[in-house]
Amino acid sequence: MNHLLSFILFTPLVGALILLLVNSRNEDAIRWIANLVAFVGFVISIPLWFLYNPQNADFQFVERATWIPSIGAEYFLGVDGFSTLLILLTTLSAWTAITERVKEFYIFLLVLQTGMLGAFMSLDFLLFFLFWEVMLVPMYFLIGIWGSDNRLYSAIKFFLYTLVGSVVMLLGILALYFHNHTVSGVYSFDVTLFHKLNLPYNLQWWIFLAFFLGFAIKVPMFPFHTWLPDAHTDAPTAGSVILAAVLLKMGTYGFIRFSLPILPDASRQFVPMIVVLSIIGIVYGALVALAQKDWKRLVAYSSVSHMALVMLGMFALNPVGITGSIFQQLNHGISTGALFLIVGIVYERRHTREISEYGGLSKVMPVYAAVFLIMTLSSIGLPALNGFIGEFLILQGIFVVSKVWAAFAASGVVLGAAYMLYLYQRTMFGKIENPKNERLLDLSHREFATFAPLLVLAVWMGLYPAPFLRRLDSSVQHVIARVSPEYIQKNAAADCAAPAPALAATPTDATVAANGAAAFLATLPCGPDGRPLAASTGPGTTSGTGADIPPSASAGQTGRPGEPR
Amino acid sequence: MLRLIPVLPFLGFLVNASFGRRISRRAAGAVASAVMLASLVVALVAAGNLVGLPNPGRALVEPAFSWISSGDFSVNATLRLDPLSAVMILVVTGIGSLIHIYSTAYMDKETDSEYARYFSYLNLFAAFMLVLVLGSNFLVMFVGWEGVGLCSYLLVGFWYQKESASDAGKKAFIVNRIGDFGFLLGVLLAYVRFSTLDFQDLARSASALSPETSFGTLSLITLLLFVGAAGKSAQIPLHVWLPDAMEGPTPVSALIHAATMVTAGVYLIGRNAVLFSHAPITLTIVAAIGVATALLAATIGLVQNDIKRVLAYSTVSQLGYMFLAMGVGAYAAGIFHLYTHAFFKALLFLGSGAVIHALGGEQDLRRMGGLRRELPIAYSTFLVGAMAIAGVPGLAGFFSKDEVLFQTYAGGHTLLWIVGLVTSLLTAIYMFRLVFLAFHGARGEEPGAAHHPSHLHDAPPAMALALIVLALGSIVAGYAGLPRALGGSNRFERFLEPSFIVSQETRRAAGLQGDLEEAETATASLEVGLMAVSTLVAAGGIGLAFFFFLRNPRAADDMVNRFAGLHRVLANKYYVDEIYDVTVVQPIRIVSEDGLWRGIDVRAIDGTVNMVGETVVGSSEILRRLQAGSVRVSAASLFLGVVLILGYYLWR
Repeated sequence: MNHLLSFILFTPLVGALILLLVNSRNEDAIRWIANLVAFVGFVISIPLWFLYNPQNADFQFVERATWIPSIGAEYFLGVDGFSTLLILLTTLSAWTAITERVKEFYIFLLVLQTGMLGAFMSLDFLLFFLFWEVMLVPMYFLIGIWGSDNRLYSAIKFFLYTLVGSVVMLLGILALYFHNHTVSGVYSFDVTLFHKLNLPYNLQWWIFLAFFLGFAIKVPMFPFHTWLPDAHTDAPTAGSVILAAVLLKMGTYGFIRFSLPILPDASRQFVPMIVVLSIIGIVYGALVALAQKDWKRLVAYSSVSHMALVMLGMFALNPVGITGSIFQQLNHGISTGALFLIVGIVYERRHTREISEYGGLSKVMPVYAAVFLIMTLSSIGLPALNGFIGEFLILQGIFVVSKVWAAFAASGVVLGAAYMLYLYQRTMFGKIENPKNERLLDLSHREFATFAPLLVLAVWMGLYPAPFLRRLDSSVQHVIARVSPEYIQKNAAADCAAPAPALAATPTDATVAANGAAAFLATLPCGPDGRPLAASTGPGTTSGTGADIPPSASAGQTGRPGEPR
Repeated sequence: MLRLIPVLPFLGFLVNASFGRRISRRAAGAVASAVMLASLVVALVAAGNLVGLPNPGRALVEPAFSWISSGDFSVNATLRLDPLSAVMILVVTGIGSLIHIYSTAYMDKETDSEYARYFSYLNLFAAFMLVLVLGSNFLVMFVGWEGVGLCSYLLVGFWYQKESASDAGKKAFIVNRIGDFGFLLGVLLAYVRFSTLDFQDLARSASALSPETSFGTLSLITLLLFVGAAGKSAQIPLHVWLPDAMEGPTPVSALIHAATMVTAGVYLIGRNAVLFSHAPITLTIVAAIGVATALLAATIGLVQNDIKRVLAYSTVSQLGYMFLAMGVGAYAAGIFHLYTHAFFKALLFLGSGAVIHALGGEQDLRRMGGLRRELPIAYSTFLVGAMAIAGVPGLAGFFSKDEVLFQTYAGGHTLLWIVGLVTSLLTAIYMFRLVFLAFHGARGEEPGAAHHPSHLHDAPPAMALALIVLALGSIVAGYAGLPRALGGSNRFERFLEPSFIVSQETRRAAGLQGDLEEAETATASLEVGLMAVSTLVAAGGIGLAFFFFLRNPRAADDMVNRFAGLHRVLANKYYVDEIYDVTVVQPIRIVSEDGLWRGIDVRAIDGTVNMVGETVVGSSEILRRLQAGSVRVSAASLFLGVVLILGYYLWR
């Protein structure tokens, strides 16, 4: 299993190469191979779920080899809980998104998959950037060739927006790289090394801004979001699904993996700006979604609103907020991905996305209507489905920081229900007035099978999110140790034997009268063994400079490949 | 065992949702009713076990699993049965079972798959409602809270092909979401303040505090929770969805929009009685909103012509009474009224359903009349329900409504008491107006009356059974809480009291009246006096209705003409929907469509981006001869640039 990540990473690429060799007239073989590769790609990523050890705060499944020795770039892969879940989301989405298309389409899709997986696995910043750019090209062609009406405009807009962001981001990476050399005398793109750097504030500020542009465009945050509705609307279904489920996560992943831990001081400094943009995004995205006449565009704007909530939770900069933020990223991948699949189903049958063309579909497509309903409910955060857990954790995280922010964020709860139910009513309810809809076929078994895993996940993550949350703990701790070390310091001092509820059970006037938020901050995460989590996971807790990647020795002890240092 | 209570109906939901289209309608209805009856049996056993426990602090707790656990935040999916939730589960499963049985006959005109769909929703509703009342903390409760909202949405919009039905479902959900907005913030604030979401722990923490004399955190928490309660229980200003929700099938109105779901807000306050007791300011607001809702809804109910809408406004009004009780700290009285109201209001709705069913869907009172001869069962049971709600002595509504009014008066809230009394006069009037218009007099002469089938069928057996059982309930249910003044011992309230553990000191400090028992013995004569007043009021109301709507209908028309303006305002429900449309709905629509989307998104942001693009394209015309201008070249030059920069630093 030493090369599990590489296997996961290159399976789609190998599949793409095989497809290149197949005669494009042999459609059966092509479809068969593409589906098989996507399926295998998903299956071989499943062991990650079981083999990933949540108790180990280290990056796991590490693979490391020299790549470009002259500049110190390495082939350096590794995952933590966060990226593990994103990788699984990627392979799952790629598998569900595979639809019947021509050879080139499959090839682009598979290359795209490798790009996304590589970005989530890379612990070398240059390698990350390579994969980041690799994603761009296939997506450009997917939209530009197989898209609808306005595809060229949308494709170029997508390409240019992302390119502008990534060029500026590259400048940030280079600044980091050279600063590291100045300090340590080593040329390296090692992200784990960067996580330990204490950069001067000025430099942090500039690099944060550079990263911000790259990631914020990808998220996309208001006001950099206008490429998204166009790209989503014109992309083929598979493209929209991948875009919503995975590509948008690149931005939020970037913030959590790079901006927060490498640039903690600047991150704290930029909280007000990001919060304001996020709150605008939540309300603005929801309101604009309410006004849409195009089914896909509506879902696209709902993405803007949801991803803004993700950003808000993240920049609460406390454990609950960041956990909620990550959890909500997964939810968004599942529910919005599914919503795009849902539009895709009727688009295939009717070739229109105009909401007014539909209506009364419940009558002819009852199973479809049921699936759509469940995904709508997941999207608007109905408890017992996945969306609620993320939403609640985010709101809780942000509430501790500011009640006003939380109140704004919670308004998304109302608006979200409004635009989704309005959409549902317009498409599913009423009488069938358009004769073209009278004979629409309900979901086929194959189509239902596509939704099945998403439905299972939505219910599972809503009813029993513990396995997911457990896998996120160490990732969150790692970020928190850098960006809000005060949580960790209090943690070390806490006595986990007497957790918060017990304290609250016998309060005196004095303890309860004290600032509630302070009490909240003082209560700390405990491991299953009853000890403070961070104390058992990172050596950095005692020094307060941040719990970082423990030395390679600990990786060796746990049976993971050691880092050749 | 507790988990069986919600799980059984949920299994029924699963069966009907997955195989409903393949099994016969008899089977679908039977499964749905059977799981409800089974759940009722389990609930009875559980309640029996509860009563067997030693009194102070009796409760059955059943931890299920750790639901959300992230860092220091953890919530368990735990169920808890205490006297308050015992009352609630018995109401839900008991009345729920009857309504399931009733529905098997009422929905007989639906196709097989629709029939199964209906019962799957109804079962799902019961499951969520039971989770709501059994949850031991806010988040588990919220699962039920939102779940019942969802089922209400689905059932109100059950006939989704009708636009008014799907509109009403959507409206119900969104207005409830506005309430949830408050609920969620209240829950978050409670967590930040007390580091727990468990009802017991919260009550324990709060009871150590002294009541807030000024508007503090507790007041804010409870006020936010009350926003949630007002949404779910249709209190002003969030009451607008409930009358529209009558678009759903009538048994749904009986179960969800009368007996169970809409009382969840009252339950929420009862469940957090300790918190509310420590926030007298919020309590005052609750009482004021409650009594205002009671009065205004009753006035609207006076002039409505749709039989179900009259009942809907009546429900809103009665819920107002319950909130009045909660607001004056008479939690047990409020829950008592909730419990009796469940019987007679379910009965009234089901009775109106029998009428509607017999008339082939007719709901307009003006086209009814004289039905008492043709529908004797529906008539007699409906009359019992009407007498119960009007406060005729000896019936369930009399005891509970009187208890609420008595507690209000005894607590020194004379003004609230007067408004409550006026409302009870109006209640008697609108309810007997309905009885007289529908069942007495001659068949209405409005156009359309001719379409009625000449021979009307009375309620079929399944419906009759439910009607008769509920009528019996509406007669006897009140005796569970027979007050001391009438020789009873108020066992109902004494049973509930531990659920509202509020120490006597707190009650006094919060300005609530002292110990119940003490108050009762001291004021027995007062209570009897007030009862006499209420009885007179009820009799007066029925008499007025008799005069205006049976004896001398022309007098009613005269009144309408004389007060035409007032009548128009009432008939249009004080124009609240119109006001919301002008002040909220339309502005949002215009701002989001013309302002944000077409203005900012398309014109400002994209306009700028496109202009930059065009500028670049324009200026590159000049440079065009120098390069091909393709993406490939751009990418190549980008790469070249990077290499140059890297190279410079590496080899300088």
